[in-house]
Amino acid sequence: MINKVIELSEQNLYACYQCGKCSAGCPSVKLMDIMPNQVIRYLQIGKPDKVLQCKTIWICASCYTCSVRCPRGIDLTRVMEAIRLIQLRKNIDYIKVREISEDVLVSVPQIALVAEFRKHTA
Amino acid sequence: MEPRIGVFVCHCGINIASTVDVKRVVEAIKGYPGVVHAEDYVYMCSDPGQELIRSRIKEKKLNGVVVAACSPTLHEATFRNTVSQVGLNPYRCEIANIREHCSWIHTDRDKATEKAIKIVKSIVEKVKLNDELLPISIPITKRALVIGGGIAGIQAALDIANAGYEVILVEKNPSIGGHMAQLSETFPTLDCAQCILTPKMVEVGQHPNIKLYNYAEVEDLSGYVGNFKVKIRLKASYVDWSKCVGCGVCMEKCPTKVPSEFEMGLTTRKAIYVPFPQAVPNKPVIDRENCLYFKTGKCRICEKVCTFGAIKFDEQDEFVEEEVGAIIVATGYELYPIEKIGEYGGGKYKDVINGLQFERLLSASGPTGGGVQRPSDRKVPKRVAFVSCVGSRDPELHKPYCSKVCCMYLTKHAMLYKHRVPDGEPIVFYIDIRSDGKGYEEFVQRAQEEEHVTYIRGKVSKIYEDNGELVLLAVDTLTGEPLEVRVDMVVLGMAIVPSPAVYELAKKLKIQIDANGFLTEAHPKLRPVETLTPGIFLAGCAHAPKDIPDTVAQASAAASKVLEMFSQKELQHDPMVATVDEDRCSGCGVCVTLCPYGAREIEVKDGKRVAKVNEAKCEGCGSCIAGCPAGACQQRNLKDEQLVNMVKAVLE
Amino acid sequence: MKIFYYPGCTLKTQARNFECSAMEVMKLLGYELVELNRWNCCGTVYSLASDDLIHKVAPIRNLVRVKEQGGDKVVTLCAMCYNTLKQANVFFNSDQEARDKINSFMDTEIDYEGDVEVLHLLTVLRDEVGFDNISKKVVRKLNHIKVAPYYGCLLLRPSTVAIDDAENPSIMEELLHALGVETIDFPYRNECCGTYNTVSAVDLVIDRTYRIVGLARNLGADVIVTSCPLCQFNLEVRQKDVKERFPEFEQLPVIYFTQLMGVALGVPTERLGFELNHIKPKVLMEL
Repeated sequence: MINKVIELSEQNLYACYQCGKCSAGCPSVKLMDIMPNQVIRYLQIGKPDKVLQCKTIWICASCYTCSVRCPRGIDLTRVMEAIRLIQLRKNIDYIKVREISEDVLVSVPQIALVAEFRKHTA
Repeated sequence: MEPRIGVFVCHCGINIASTVDVKRVVEAIKGYPGVVHAEDYVYMCSDPGQELIRSRIKEKKLNGVVVAACSPTLHEATFRNTVSQVGLNPYRCEIANIREHCSWIHTDRDKATEKAIKIVKSIVEKVKLNDELLPISIPITKRALVIGGGIAGIQAALDIANAGYEVILVEKNPSIGGHMAQLSETFPTLDCAQCILTPKMVEVGQHPNIKLYNYAEVEDLSGYVGNFKVKIRLKASYVDWSKCVGCGVCMEKCPTKVPSEFEMGLTTRKAIYVPFPQAVPNKPVIDRENCLYFKTGKCRICEKVCTFGAIKFDEQDEFVEEEVGAIIVATGYELYPIEKIGEYGGGKYKDVINGLQFERLLSASGPTGGGVQRPSDRKVPKRVAFVSCVGSRDPELHKPYCSKVCCMYLTKHAMLYKHRVPDGEPIVFYIDIRSDGKGYEEFVQRAQEEEHVTYIRGKVSKIYEDNGELVLLAVDTLTGEPLEVRVDMVVLGMAIVPSPAVYELAKKLKIQIDANGFLTEAHPKLRPVETLTPGIFLAGCAHAPKDIPDTVAQASAAASKVLEMFSQKELQHDPMVATVDEDRCSGCGVCVTLCPYGAREIEVKDGKRVAKVNEAKCEGCGSCIAGCPAGACQQRNLKDEQLVNMVKAVLE
Repeated sequence: MKIFYYPGCTLKTQARNFECSAMEVMKLLGYELVELNRWNCCGTVYSLASDDLIHKVAPIRNLVRVKEQGGDKVVTLCAMCYNTLKQANVFFNSDQEARDKINSFMDTEIDYEGDVEVLHLLTVLRDEVGFDNISKKVVRKLNHIKVAPYYGCLLLRPSTVAIDDAENPSIMEELLHALGVETIDFPYRNECCGTYNTVSAVDLVIDRTYRIVGLARNLGADVIVTSCPLCQFNLEVRQKDVKERFPEFEQLPVIYFTQLMGVALGVPTERLGFELNHIKPKVLMEL
């Protein structure tokens, strides 16, 4: 699994020395079930299930904060995308589009909806 | 001379023998023209191995030896010494490198063996035409130059001076002492830095063998090992130090205030100043950049108040030349600038400071008299965060290396802060704690067990100010929890970087610096205090980040290398230098331009221009030989004829 | 002077106030934003997987349009569009193989050569119009308000497309100072608003809005200025949800920088689209 993620993200996950700077600065970390640095950690120690089942990869909104600060130059944004894609390509959606309320649909800007569908559905 | 060459093939345990069929090499070389003996042995560099070579030289009346083994940089000297013990000229012995150039880099045993045979044959060809040479003797000036007057330079200068040799010590600042003079107390013993340093500074100032040029810089260097000529710029201080008694009235009356470098900008000094009270020498200088008189043409108050007539506004920079035999470079370090760390505010928050600033806040002689107060409002901070690895271990954005001292000094800071502010709460953010020195780990454990310093494993991502407090966005990677920590002050363990002036200096001295700007040692393990330029040594943080004990040890090591040189009557130089066939030389001077060591010059002899070789300076690099359009240059024991034969042997 | 302009979807709906204010302001400065013909969706988020080329076709196709219509640069207002178009362009110019493939995917188009420049309006204002020139056209004094400039993510990250320093940007502050407006030193100006999580993880966005707007207010801001329709929506509309959870929370208007420019440069307020702002910036409208 780690090799698949490395291939899709073009990031060397072995370079991560677990300093945690990604997690420390992540604006969405409060709602995550595992820390962004732990996403890499579980892949490093060969526990991909933890990563595939976590909420973290779906909460990550590609804000690139971790990417610009990583001392080892790992673009974690791309790592998260790779893991999401591994799930989505099994045709497993993270959200059910039909369950989005009418209220939300009419109020949020299109960019929010398109982005949501791109990131959270197969 | 009829060649009678012996070939000795080493197994180097399995280093060579596992890839190269050593027996086959021996068999293949046995019948080669000029070879009268060949054999193999498991460790040729061992005592029995060397004895084997010596006895075969006698038995077989060998007049040339080829040792097929590791790189000549390792054992060429060993084997040349071996053969000379039984009367063979050492330059009739050569190494065929079948380890680094063959066994270590190949896997195919068959092909590697073929290659080893070719390497050996070509070296046999070389030895056939090797001349018997004698080393070149060079006289030696037994006086040393030490550049940099921090603890490294001080220690090195004192060691050499105490051994009875003269030392020229050059320091760019008005006083010696370096960064160590700024420190409060030192880990892991907590002895006062000033208390242990100032006696050494005074000793330097008063030592009959040490000539101190403070407020001075190395301008130019010429010459070569044993015989350097150094030009030193004495920067104008605008104070006649022979008249000045150090009363300090000028500093009191000077109207211009400037941020104090020694106090890391936490307080001010005057435009005429002594950097700190214990300065050596304790004589002021005028800072031309900031002096009101130099800026506006008006003031001269210091001149008026000086009853000794020591102020000299018309002083100019002066130059002196000194002859020295050896040089120690100890130019020290600076801290990586906080401006480069945008996510920690990039210097815009007054209460986010670096380690040296905190040293000054802790120091009894500092701006707060040792009471910890934060810079913005002089409030005593009740919570202080100490952040390690700021700029260090960050190959992507900053510096790839570990700065080595931050873990320890931040621990010390947390501890001293706790001593000064007993109800204060120190929090250390770390990613690994590196405490590898003597007593260091115990020191860290003490901070945790006895002083209850909180250590949080995780790198801080961002620091910002809110309502007079600093907010750190952090994480505890051990619990996997994000943290938002509010503190009154932050101390950053900034990366250590080489003093910026070292780049220009290295160019003048023709010594090498690495990708990070630190000076490069000749060998990372076996020649750690030498540079690749003979006669120039290094010590302290100019070489790599290090703590005081390591710096002092390295300074003493560099001094002992200098003393080793000085203990000899004269220096011996490798005789494999360039030679000139004066009949062929047209005097065009290409060699003079090409020579990186300044060893070539043109001389007019009987009305004809001819090139000369300064054998002491020539390092035998071969640039002039390759470049000579007339083919007038040759290198001893690497003559054209030898090279051609060697190539033929390989291509056969 | 005419500049090609790529609106993107939201500028035509919820963020019409962004578009109309930008048009007004640019007109006043002597520039005409010419809407690109036949533009299509940029994709909103840049595709980040190494094997995903097809999602890069949409943004590149828009750049082909610019070429077709005789342009060599295109300006965007929406930060998401800017980021997607620019990242696609940077990628296109860095990978010859991918470039050929993308061109062959679009067989009915002319080949794209990678030679269209993708700009954000802020950089056009700085580099082409000049903040000094803008300063000269200010007619309304706005020295009574303090503004929190909010950049969000996509103008500053990743570094390959950043219009300014990721940690300490200053372009918006410089523009605001040119308008005679005081800014606060706003540490959250480059922190994410929660973006599209507003659809399915609204709690996260409420938390972000609470923190970002709360800090801006704490630091004395009267209004937040932004350049992204999604940031604007999250920071403004979600304040209602924040208020439900934290009754003591005080609301703060969130407007586009072009709206503030319009006020300063004397565009009649009714032409700046404030009717689309849910929290009215009264300090600006009652001038």
